[in-house]
Amino acid sequence: MIYQIPFIAVIGLIAVGMYAILFKKNLIKIAIGITIVESGVNLFLITLGYREGGVAPIYTHLPPGTNIPEGMVLPVPQALTLTSIVIGVAVLALILSLIIKMYRKYGTLNAYEMRRLRE
Amino acid sequence: MNEWITHAPILIIAIPLFAAFLTPLVDRVSRRGRNALVFIAVILTLILTLALAKDVFDHGLRIYTLGGGSVDSTLVTLPSGYRLPVRIILEVDGMSAFMVVISVLISFVGLLYSFSHIKENGAGKYYTLFLLMLVGMLGMEVTGDLFNLFVFLEILSISSAALIAFYARGGKPVEASIKYIVISSLAALFVLFAIGLLYGEYDLLNMGAIAKKISLAGEIPFLAQIAFVLFLTSFALKAGAAPMHMWLPDAYGEAPGAISMVLVAATQASLYALLRVCFTIYGAAMDTAVIGGILIILGLISIFIGVTMALIQIDMKRLIGYAAVAEIGYILLAVGVGIFELAKGEISDYSMKALQGGIFHIFNDVMDIGLLFLVVGAVMYVTKESNLNKLGGLAHSMKYSSIFFIIGMAAVSGLPPLNGFASKILIYESVYKVSPLISIIAILASMLMLAIFVKIFHSVFMGPKLTEYERKDAPRLMLCSMAILAAIMIFFGLFPDFVVNNIVNPAVNALVKNLPYISAIGGA
Amino acid sequence: MTLNTYGGYWSPIVWVIAFVVAFLIVYILWGMGERKYKKGEQTKPFISGTEEPSKQEVHVRGGNVYWGFTEALKGYYNLMKKMHTGIINDYVLWFIGIGAILFLVIILPEVIK
Repeated sequence: MIYQIPFIAVIGLIAVGMYAILFKKNLIKIAIGITIVESGVNLFLITLGYREGGVAPIYTHLPPGTNIPEGMVLPVPQALTLTSIVIGVAVLALILSLIIKMYRKYGTLNAYEMRRLRE
Repeated sequence: MNEWITHAPILIIAIPLFAAFLTPLVDRVSRRGRNALVFIAVILTLILTLALAKDVFDHGLRIYTLGGGSVDSTLVTLPSGYRLPVRIILEVDGMSAFMVVISVLISFVGLLYSFSHIKENGAGKYYTLFLLMLVGMLGMEVTGDLFNLFVFLEILSISSAALIAFYARGGKPVEASIKYIVISSLAALFVLFAIGLLYGEYDLLNMGAIAKKISLAGEIPFLAQIAFVLFLTSFALKAGAAPMHMWLPDAYGEAPGAISMVLVAATQASLYALLRVCFTIYGAAMDTAVIGGILIILGLISIFIGVTMALIQIDMKRLIGYAAVAEIGYILLAVGVGIFELAKGEISDYSMKALQGGIFHIFNDVMDIGLLFLVVGAVMYVTKESNLNKLGGLAHSMKYSSIFFIIGMAAVSGLPPLNGFASKILIYESVYKVSPLISIIAILASMLMLAIFVKIFHSVFMGPKLTEYERKDAPRLMLCSMAILAAIMIFFGLFPDFVVNNIVNPAVNALVKNLPYISAIGGA
Repeated sequence: MTLNTYGGYWSPIVWVIAFVVAFLIVYILWGMGERKYKKGEQTKPFISGTEEPSKQEVHVRGGNVYWGFTEALKGYYNLMKKMHTGIINDYVLWFIGIGAILFLVIILPEVIK
């Protein structure tokens, strides 16, 4: 059961992030919501690679007595997660700079008032 | 001579990427050098793409292993002798070659158009982002690996969002860009979640290998079904299917000049990803009646909402954005009918016609809507006004632009003898068998689409000369880019069987029969 | 030159030739009309003696061209305008809503079986 807790945390993080995107009016809170959803998905990716009692997947630094390759955790999800974290940083930087520009032009950070493009 | 064609799939991604990162450096030195560098990069990519497409249409699938020892070996052999498909593999089959030709052609026309009006100091960043958009589109369309698809999807959406907000005229483009990036990054995160689910189920990221596992099993396990729903929803959102379409008129309506046209090609890339997931990965094992029915319903709602909402718009570019939603609806309708009739294990002639109409319409849609966006962009450049209530009587001074607008208007609404009619008649006659009501709605929507563009034509070009606007036509480079698109449209309209037999048929065959795609991976 | 659709065929070259022939016939018929037609006082509209206003004032602007159609479908368009609010939260709500509906339609029949 204890190995299922990260998956429950993933569902929790995604739910909290979606709540922030759907029901909050402030644009910065929406940006934080996107970051929380991205953290949840990254946690999901990294948890996929765990094997019970596994060691780091480096061939030259193994503690003696470990099987190859069943005793190691999977290395591929680690690469996927690193790539995804970098992409998340780029998206967050873009959203924040756009929000700063919008505050200068409109004077408000309220998503309910950012409706000049409607219908 | 045969050597460089084997490296073509990676060169068409590497050349624009290299040029994109070199552009800000060259921009510091000289402006003409930067223009020349960007132009040469896109021309080289265009030549390589056309050569690659001709080779793939004649000889079939072509694969390229990134990081492979010899280009033909797609597997890596572990010391124990066990072989695994772990390298990133670029697979170019008929459908990929079709979409790649569309993307590079539209980017080339957009580049010619941009040369004439992007002239100030920040233009180096504009061209960098433009080339990065091209890289994103091409990468999404040639890759054979799921995570690579996600990375190029994010590259495309980040550079498009930055380009939409390039001219912050009073705040509206910035608002459109915020809406675009929030929606787009949320959709991409759900795609990543679905990729994680598929990886957890099969321990594979390669599309061909997953397709082989699913087709051997015959039915789809539960986690892969959840992944399929997430893929379907996210890619349908990115492609602009109603009722999730509301970001699309905002983004298309506020983008500068030619970027609206390149954005249409970018949403077609997401539509390509949807087709790839439906047909190649899940293939014959998916429930064809349910998925086909869903796509038909999404297509019908898109057509209806797109056309009726466009009738009440006052801003020119927003109106064409809503018409673009309706055109995506036609493609989804045709593909849905094709899936609906696709019996398990047997390809009927009827569903092939529907799929041919849908895939042909992808090419026609981006060219027709692109030409309309270019003409409207020229009008906005000359008069600096985009409100339909204030414009009037421009046909006296902008003669060539009005002729191109008439050609674009006739093509979008499906009037003979242009290319819109050729693909629309394939769609009308194919959807008739599912239910005649769908065909009636599609024809009525075409008539309403003609009504929408007659509205723009009457209020912008016809009528008496108003004294507020200048008396000159669009710059010559803009007219040149419009002429290239119009010439291709007239050629496709007069010889539709040439296009359908040589360009569309390989794409449809590559989609429906996924066996060559799977067997090119080999091993394991 | 002909495209074979499911129900028949379409040949654009024949259509263009037919269009050109019909256009020539119409042009010849038009050219056989009255030659003594003078522009000027005969062609001005007659509005019972009042002045004809200038063309710039009576030109129907773009937003008002389809007033009759829009007025007849007032109920439908009010519903559509209420749906397209322009708030970013509603855009994401539609995405989640359609995702939930697709989830129910695709996954639930498989689970119940």
